[in-house]
Amino acid sequence: MADTSIQSARHDVARRLPGLVVPLVLALAVLWVLFLARGTPAEPAVRDPGRFAVTLLDGITSAGLFFVVASGFTLIFGLMRTVNMAHGSLFLLAGFTAISLQQAMVGKTRNIAPADVSLVSWIVPLLAAAALAAVLGVLLQQVFLRWNQGQELRQALITIAISVVLADQMLRQFGGLAKTMVWPGAVSHFIEIFGERYATSRLFMLAVAVVVGVALWLWLTKTRMGMVIRAGVDDEPMVRALGINVTLVFAVTFFVGAFLAGAGGVMGASFAGVATGKDGDWLLNSLVVVIIGGLGSIKGAVAGSLLYGLVVAFSPAYLPTQYTFYAVILSFVLLALVLAVRPYGLYGRPA
Amino acid sequence: MTARRLLTPANAVLVVVVVLLLALPAFGTDFFVRFVMTQTMILGLIAATIVFLTSHGGMISLAQLLLAGIAGFMFGNAALESGARGLNLGWPPWVAVVFALGVTTVVAFLLGALASRTTGIYFLMLTLVYGVIGYFFFAQVVTVSGPGGVTSIVAPEPFTDPVNLYYAAVVLSVLAYLAFRAIGRTNFGLALQGVRDDPVRMSSLGFNVALHRTLAFTLGGLVAGVAGLLNVWWRGQIDPASIAIGPTLIVLIIAVIGGISYFEGAWLGALVYVLLNTYTKSIPLIDRIGLTPDRFNTVIGLIVLLIMVLSPEGLVGILERAGRGRGVSKPTEHSIELPTTSPTTVQTGGREP
Repeated sequence: MADTSIQSARHDVARRLPGLVVPLVLALAVLWVLFLARGTPAEPAVRDPGRFAVTLLDGITSAGLFFVVASGFTLIFGLMRTVNMAHGSLFLLAGFTAISLQQAMVGKTRNIAPADVSLVSWIVPLLAAAALAAVLGVLLQQVFLRWNQGQELRQALITIAISVVLADQMLRQFGGLAKTMVWPGAVSHFIEIFGERYATSRLFMLAVAVVVGVALWLWLTKTRMGMVIRAGVDDEPMVRALGINVTLVFAVTFFVGAFLAGAGGVMGASFAGVATGKDGDWLLNSLVVVIIGGLGSIKGAVAGSLLYGLVVAFSPAYLPTQYTFYAVILSFVLLALVLAVRPYGLYGRPA
Repeated sequence: MTARRLLTPANAVLVVVVVLLLALPAFGTDFFVRFVMTQTMILGLIAATIVFLTSHGGMISLAQLLLAGIAGFMFGNAALESGARGLNLGWPPWVAVVFALGVTTVVAFLLGALASRTTGIYFLMLTLVYGVIGYFFFAQVVTVSGPGGVTSIVAPEPFTDPVNLYYAAVVLSVLAYLAFRAIGRTNFGLALQGVRDDPVRMSSLGFNVALHRTLAFTLGGLVAGVAGLLNVWWRGQIDPASIAIGPTLIVLIIAVIGGISYFEGAWLGALVYVLLNTYTKSIPLIDRIGLTPDRFNTVIGLIVLLIMVLSPEGLVGILERAGRGRGVSKPTEHSIELPTTSPTTVQTGGREP
């Protein structure tokens, strides 16, 4: 949109309309969930606060996982303007690898009970598998993306081709069946919230996500490398001109971004399991989060994953029972609302 | 336009190809005509809409297979009288055709309007989200489809014969090819290319940038819908898995193999894809490195990777470069970096439509 063009009064109204519609929709949604949602699986929140609390927690814990995966995607894009369409493949690869490692550490390939799994035999596979994804990510960047930096669409297509190959090779290596990583026994309990049982493993996942988020924030704001990356996001040619080794910074960023995809993959494998085709689902989740939040913004990734996580959790519970299967549309409505107001996402800037 | 100007080598090749395609049922095997070539024409038609949006509008769309799928699902829902799933409206087939194309066009208009403020890589990601959410929609909403899809769909009368269906696919492909090329020379097409190259300038000249993009996307959606109808008539069924993320990427890959800036490339890419898909399965490849017949996606992925690394212009680009002679690799407007960096090659002489 040209800022220079003279807007007529009619255009002004058309512009402000979304700004009015969004608070209205939001207010209606809150009203619906709190008081009106009769005949839904969950019933209105004032009548069943337990179900409401559980749904809210579900939304926030899912948001934690969405954030870990999407922050890697947005970090890479923010600095290099590279859209890594193989992000989901790195997620899936780390998930499968961690499951194999955990099986090797526990010494069983099937029927692993949480009691068999110590904290170590969850965290070590997580770190190892995420490191593998990170190394693969750096290789991918050095071999296929380094020399065509700036050609966004070519890079997107190259990573699409790589994701197709990786998906096929993972199908060959790990088979087509769904596999699940087992949470450590120490966190596999249930607690009581307003009379509803809630799995502590989900809260553990949220805790891991918060740790990852805080570490990422400290790294970006308190270290020299982080400052260089933030400067590079704002003005990459200037950073280059100041004599900073941008090639190295790019490689490190790709390492961290792919590591986050891998860590998310292991968490996702423990939370919902991994299977062939999940790479596409998680690429979609990352895309939705960063499109809502704004590409390249970590703040946006937090906001986007919270909004998306809440919508994903609330829509099946608070739609009328016979329409529950329309839940997926609400994710799309969220996306449409955000884009109508801010075409580049909540915290995004035009390229 | 005079006859002399129409008599270019490229047009002569086009006429020969069309004549060959129309004569094919006379000498080709049934399998080749009814399976390989019909599929090629349908996939090529869908891929051509991607080429149109990319080359004229700077919008790489991953929602085209979804739009084709919507037409297919709508036809199935409207035309069937009874079936396991779907609405089973039992309308006359041609009413169902109009209904399917109407719904597809409206959906394309709405999706296009929402995406019209973005271009390039943002557009690619947003349309991928459209595609995947569309897949989930049809997979979950049992009223119109559900995971099993809509089955036992019958084509309207003359197209129940596979050869007639093949002819329809060829004729519609040729029409779409000519129409897409002609649109580039209309006021609308010129303005659209102006929007592609410099949206800010076009906006200050008084053109409605968002509207041009939306209308282009709607047109692409309509043509994709036509291809979707052919597809559902050819297969006799449609299920959500056929519009999932995998096939969605395959259609983009087809456009890329052929050359994403060339309309011919859409059908050439489709032919290469279908030939590989059909015939490499019978060639024993080396199992050790993972290239068994089942590993077709690895093969196709590696081919795309190779093309994107070596020559982003695809097969038609490679052929054209070979035709021009060696050493002359002058950058034309046929560059993969269409939306942002291509030089302003279009004179925007048209009035605001």
